Amino acid sequence: MAASADERLKEVSRLRRAMIRPELGAISGAILVFVFFLMVAGDSGMFAPQGIQNWTVVSAQFAIIAVGACLLMIAGEFDLSVGSMIGFAGIVIAILSVQWGWPVWLAILVAFTVCISLGAVNGFLVIKTGLPSFIVTLAFLYILRGLTIWLSILTTQKTVIGGVRKAAEGDWLAALFGGKILTGFFQWMGDQGWIETFSRGARAGQPVVEGVPMLVVWALGLIVFGQVLLTKTRFGNWIFAAGGDAQAARYVGVPVNRVKILMFMFTAFCACVFATAQVMEFGSAAADRGLLKEFEAIISVVIGGALLTGGYGSVVGAALGALIFGVVQQGLFFSGAESSLFRVFLGTILILAVILNTYIRRIITGER
Amino acid sequence: MTEPIIEMKNIEKHFGAVIALGGVSFDVCPGEVHCLLGDNGAGKSTFIKTMAGVHKPTSGTILFEGREMNFESPRDAMAAGIATVYQDLAMIPLMSVTRNFWMGNEPLKKVGPFRFFDFEKANAVTMKEMARMGINLREPSQAVGTLSGGERQTVAIARAVYFGAKVLILDEPTSALGVRQTSNVLATIDKVRKQGIAVVFITHNVRHALAVGDRFTVLNRGRTLGTAVRGEITPEELQDMMAGGQELATLEGSLGGTV
Repeated sequence: MAASADERLKEVSRLRRAMIRPELGAISGAILVFVFFLMVAGDSGMFAPQGIQNWTVVSAQFAIIAVGACLLMIAGEFDLSVGSMIGFAGIVIAILSVQWGWPVWLAILVAFTVCISLGAVNGFLVIKTGLPSFIVTLAFLYILRGLTIWLSILTTQKTVIGGVRKAAEGDWLAALFGGKILTGFFQWMGDQGWIETFSRGARAGQPVVEGVPMLVVWALGLIVFGQVLLTKTRFGNWIFAAGGDAQAARYVGVPVNRVKILMFMFTAFCACVFATAQVMEFGSAAADRGLLKEFEAIISVVIGGALLTGGYGSVVGAALGALIFGVVQQGLFFSGAESSLFRVFLGTILILAVILNTYIRRIITGER
Repeated sequence: MTEPIIEMKNIEKHFGAVIALGGVSFDVCPGEVHCLLGDNGAGKSTFIKTMAGVHKPTSGTILFEGREMNFESPRDAMAAGIATVYQDLAMIPLMSVTRNFWMGNEPLKKVGPFRFFDFEKANAVTMKEMARMGINLREPSQAVGTLSGGERQTVAIARAVYFGAKVLILDEPTSALGVRQTSNVLATIDKVRKQGIAVVFITHNVRHALAVGDRFTVLNRGRTLGTAVRGEITPEELQDMMAGGQELATLEGSLGGTV
């Protein structure tokens, strides 16, 4: 019995097995992008420590929101309000901490609570009305952006609120989003001469890259969490089932509504992580932050092999999609290309990814 | 024959002014395949959905293992041991056989404070249960989409049986299948019966019904036209009953008995 099963296993060619891995496109895309920029921008400093830090941070930003968007898309829903949520969360933190003088940790916690509740409202509306999440979250894209600008102008007569850095000094929770880790290790590597150090000025002797930004740590943490949740747990099976066929899942007792609402909340959580880290990095919040981020997150996820229709995808793939994004965006900068070409690239790669994914889905479902 | 495990007495179901079921009685015993036949619109779907807890009957009683039951939801019916395999809603094609098989009942293993999906156990059980139904999977991680329609029905049936179904309702499991796949599914139904499970087999194909059925009940326009025992009825009589007799007899004559 076992032997005959093994014999049949060989009928599936390796290539075909590799083909139906959702990450395939993203892995080959990432390799392609790296090879390309090593050739055209290899000597521009893009792959020097500072350059690496540069595109790593940008990729990590994409990855944070892509993980949320990925799990939500696999569960069969979209969230177009992610970008507006980022702007909203940032302004909430800035108003509470700078204008109202609250401790920064409290401002951050309130922002998270508000965002996750808004995520729950999104999910609840989608489930209760039965409307497509596209419409419901599109409404929130406008509502939240409008509220953000209004709140900002109402309290400060400006759309940019500065002074967060000063307020956040010494704050334990702010350090979790804005700080860097492994600074000692990087100092040591600088001392060893493995990475460059500043030769003049106040920071002479310090390495050019001080450590790993918390943003990157968050990104890695969320990727690992998302991947394990999706592929190794019962809840992950429910995410696939909810997006694959909600009715079939309900028939066998999967709490589809709960799964979907929780994923909306998780997406909002990711948006809030993004916003908090950004506010801590810039030391300010602006009402126009996060513009178009929802689409960039969705594109990362699709490049990562997820199907727009739900039920299929990979967190690692989405993270690789985010990496491709970061590398290309910064790579165009390093190679001196016109930065508006980035959008051309985005559009092109989106179409290619969707075509590839549709083809792969046909293979899996045997439609051919 | 033993005591019926489920007994439906004088079930009526009205949707507004429409009388979908006008007093249907039906029972099925453990280890028996009871076929429910009827043309489109006869009320088969409404009837099994009442049995499965999707609809509440307007009047009539449902006795399960001798006790009167009022199923509030499909979950209640499932908990009691009534499993339904719907024709097209059985499986999710993009998910693996294992993930489908355990959907909603995932086995867990503890690693430290966390609990993970126990794929090792899940895969082993899936392979074993599928082999018992006569399907040798290439690998448990293959997507259900790569299986044929008959195999998908079989996975759904194996799943219901493994999770302790006492009554298995099959909603037209053969209607979309080819000849070979149909015979595979019919063979599966026979295996399930031999395990002592009561099977309610809904079909509008007389030959499929006669191949495995022990008893046959024909529904027409929301009413039972009667129940026949295997060997006491010919395919022609059954077909006649289903179509309401007259018109089909005429049609059959002109088509040379091919319907």
